[in-house]
Amino acid sequence: MDQTLLLTLAQAGPPPGSKPIDGADTAWLLVATALVLLMTPALGFFYGGLVRSKNMLNTLMMSFASLGVVGVAWALIGFSVAFAPGWAGSGGLGYAGLRGVGLEGGAWGATPHLLYMAYQGSFAIIAAALISGAVVERMRFGPYLAFIAAWSVLVYAPVAHWVWGGGWLAELGALDFAGGAVVHVNAGVAAVVAAVTVGSRKDYGKQALLPHDVSYVLLGAGLLWFGWFGFNGGSALAANGVAALAFVNTLLAPAAALTAWMLLDMLRSRKATAVGAGTGVVVGLVAITPAAGFVGPLGAMAIGALAAGPSHALISWRSRTRLDDSLDVFAAHGTGGITGALLTGVFAQAAWGGTDGLLFGNPGLVLRQLAAIVAAGAYSGVATFAILRLIALVSPLRASARDEGVGLDVVEHGEEAYASGEGAVLVLPRRRAADAAGMDPDYRRPAVHPTRMEAP
Amino acid sequence: MKLIVAIIRPEKLNEVLEALYLAEVRGLTVSSVQGHGGELEQVETYRGTTVKLNLHPKVRLEIGVSEPFVERTVQILLNSAWTGEVGDGKVFVLPVEKVYRIRTGEADEAAVTPALPGEGADVH
Repeated sequence: MDQTLLLTLAQAGPPPGSKPIDGADTAWLLVATALVLLMTPALGFFYGGLVRSKNMLNTLMMSFASLGVVGVAWALIGFSVAFAPGWAGSGGLGYAGLRGVGLEGGAWGATPHLLYMAYQGSFAIIAAALISGAVVERMRFGPYLAFIAAWSVLVYAPVAHWVWGGGWLAELGALDFAGGAVVHVNAGVAAVVAAVTVGSRKDYGKQALLPHDVSYVLLGAGLLWFGWFGFNGGSALAANGVAALAFVNTLLAPAAALTAWMLLDMLRSRKATAVGAGTGVVVGLVAITPAAGFVGPLGAMAIGALAAGPSHALISWRSRTRLDDSLDVFAAHGTGGITGALLTGVFAQAAWGGTDGLLFGNPGLVLRQLAAIVAAGAYSGVATFAILRLIALVSPLRASARDEGVGLDVVEHGEEAYASGEGAVLVLPRRRAADAAGMDPDYRRPAVHPTRMEAP
Repeated sequence: MKLIVAIIRPEKLNEVLEALYLAEVRGLTVSSVQGHGGELEQVETYRGTTVKLNLHPKVRLEIGVSEPFVERTVQILLNSAWTGEVGDGKVFVLPVEKVYRIRTGEADEAAVTPALPGEGADVH
């Protein structure tokens, strides 16, 4: 153990630059962290409703697993890469293993450092889980776990550092209130790369692959919206007016996007679809994410409504292509994030706490927003591809055609989402089975066979 | 005419339907069934409870066809439902005493595949 580490461990009292704790700020950030954490199971249901019933559990597990492996990776190293003092491109290893992460306030606000770690961790967890929508129904579970753990440390954490950890995009002056580029453009581009690298589902483009339960899609979208109040409102990192602005904008932008999406649906087919409504809510939420604390409420509604158009068009077009981004992660998160980040550069207003944007006489902000989008997208694409190719060297990324046909619930998890229980025989230890059947355990005959297909 | 009953894997249904459609075998009934055909047991675990599933989900097709279509339909089923693993299913060919088409009252060969030009099958 080197001397610096010993000194750090021995250090007593608050470190230099620490702030006193504010009770209200801390209370809000505690709640906001729990709200953001709920978004990941919500995403599981949103995605789960969109897949076929034989892949329901696997799709849910892809989100739930992120709560585990990304949560651990974040505490051990991801948080340090994102937020420890480092250089413009990445944080250092100063906070690895949560070393020196205590209960004092600091540059992030008047809340405990450890709570700030947990709040940011809930962002890393959902960012990684978002990618799963592009590879559902065919990616093997083990390689997926390795991928999201590696992605959260090697892709998510550095990009978070660029914008929020004092990295080069923060220096450039790009605005990203709650993660339009960091979370959504980043995950959206990773999703396209993952869909291409893993490959299309075997039936894609040949058969109709329909959502098995649209009610889960709406349940998931509703819970995502609920959690998003913590995602955007909590990003003020204080219980103040900025939090209230972000909170209200998180109400209004998805409302506008939902309305616009239903109108677009009705223009196309005279029917407002429920899957469309759920998607519209998510697109509105994604689009307001970078802008939430920088634009006024009317600007937020404009951003929500305008974001519906490109995503709606892209979803209609994508399903006719050979790109099996199965649940349209790029159309919802990538495109919504890009539109939102650019429109942040248009509608941001110093009077509301942002930098003045295009509408208020500062066209340069749009260019800085564009730089953030291109940088996050380009790095995410290249690094995601490299991680997946490396994992593929060790273990195949996708399930065999037979396993894909049977469904990944049974193949990967040994369970079914909707088991009937008919024809299921309880497997008992040999002696108990014999007792149950009233037989001599050494008499070699199968115990109970309820289907009575063998001779009694 | 014959009634052809086939028990196949659910994941093969789309392939089978497509092949039947291309061969102009029209008019069939599909149902979800469960069965057991000697395939390996599927083991599932729910918390501490381990179970073997002896009944597997299958799809049952019932197709009424005229004599010239019997062999063709059977061949299509044998090819398109095949994977080579235990559990691919069975095809039964049963004699039929009478068939009526309810809409028109037509009977026997006129009521089953093939639908001759101008007649139109009931189910596509």
